[in-house]
Amino acid sequence: MLSFEPYGNPTYFALLGVALLPLMIGLLYGKRSRLYETLISIFFLVLTFGGPKWTQGVALIIYILYEVALTWGYAVYRKHQNSGPIFYLMVILAIIPLTIVKVTPAVENGQASLIGFLGVSYLTFRAVQTMMETRDGTLKDYQVMTFLQFMLFFPTISSGPIDRYRRFEADYRSVPDREKYLGMIQKGIRYIFVGFLYKFILAYYFGTMLMPKLQVMAMHSRGGFLDLSWPVLGYMYAYSADLFFDFAGYSLFAVGTSYIMGIATPMNFNQPWRSPNIKDFWNRWHITLSFWFRDFIYMRLVFWFMKHKVFKKPTTTANVTYIINMLVMGFWHGVTWYYITYGLFHGCALVINDTWLRYKKKHRASVPHNGFTQVFAIFLTANMVCFSFLIFSGMLDKLWFH
Amino acid sequence: MDIKETVLGILNDLTGNDVSGAMDDNLFDSGLMDSMGSVQLLLQLQGDLGINVPVSEFERSEWDTPNKIIAKVESLA
Repeated sequence: MLSFEPYGNPTYFALLGVALLPLMIGLLYGKRSRLYETLISIFFLVLTFGGPKWTQGVALIIYILYEVALTWGYAVYRKHQNSGPIFYLMVILAIIPLTIVKVTPAVENGQASLIGFLGVSYLTFRAVQTMMETRDGTLKDYQVMTFLQFMLFFPTISSGPIDRYRRFEADYRSVPDREKYLGMIQKGIRYIFVGFLYKFILAYYFGTMLMPKLQVMAMHSRGGFLDLSWPVLGYMYAYSADLFFDFAGYSLFAVGTSYIMGIATPMNFNQPWRSPNIKDFWNRWHITLSFWFRDFIYMRLVFWFMKHKVFKKPTTTANVTYIINMLVMGFWHGVTWYYITYGLFHGCALVINDTWLRYKKKHRASVPHNGFTQVFAIFLTANMVCFSFLIFSGMLDKLWFH
Repeated sequence: MDIKETVLGILNDLTGNDVSGAMDDNLFDSGLMDSMGSVQLLLQLQGDLGINVPVSEFERSEWDTPNKIIAKVESLA
């Protein structure tokens, strides 16, 4: 039986093109066929989770039923009552499967959990978000079928971007007018072609051609200070380039395909390498994830801390929450020392960045601001980020402990 | 005190700037506001005007200039 990584090879794109054609004609004539959309969704889900990967498919089905039961149950409950403990309990239940998947390799010598499948994190983000908006009362009419479409929307199921229920629903319930839709097709096709350049040429060069060579050289050059060497530096940049082009390329495919289906899935990257500081970097890198963390962890924690007057100063509240927020992000990547260090590094970077921004605001007259400082800020930010990706890559783990 | 004045008072306090001269300037782009400032704004609105805005109602693009914030608060009051 056929089995594919999403957007993995030319056959996948050929099938995608054929499957989308009737849907495009429909949308051009102002019609959205739910039945057809569901059929091609199932088709591509089977391609991704069927055949040799059928155990993942089973895990996906059980997981989805579980999350539907939780979100639906909570939506019904919330219509009549609104207790804090029940809400927290439901959120904990919703993230239990993801927690098991993330912790299992750490305690079972790298063995993957049986209940895991490609995209479990991204689906958990969507489910938890739906629950939080239900709690807030901003999401009032939860619909099981819409929730299923939202969760199982095949272009973004494996690695995002992470859409929002209400935004998705608005697109899904309507048909863009012809002029707008033609614009979306144009954009979608352009995104997919830029994605080809990113993923199959640039990421291939950095990730498949360059990185393995640099890794071998780095391992041979051990012995110096902290086992660091020029090849390690080269590896840091090659890894960063690969990470960016691979993930930005994938995201362009996912967003492009969504656009062609008349759904304006939000963008994941916005020129991250020109960020003048770390705070701005997180507004430009893996945007839907960092905004998810911002809206559902950072802002909520800050709100709670301030409402209960846990810390005296707002700056302390902000700093503590930065660290917690980024540590959670680190843990989410996996329970290894390098992911957690990566999270801590970014938490500290945000604290330092914020302190500097406050200082600059106060002493505006004495802090120079010109073309040179701008270029220096971008250079410094990009290098800090690349260094954090070196931690993230696990290369230091290989250098030091293997 | 009317809503506009109260909101401007809160914003001036939070940003440390007089924003009344730039009612359509994007507060996030200029760095005057951030997530922390947003939460403080929501809490102040609750305390001073008794308006309850849940965090998930805070869609940044709808709250990014003084004018938009005032309009939003007026619609919720």
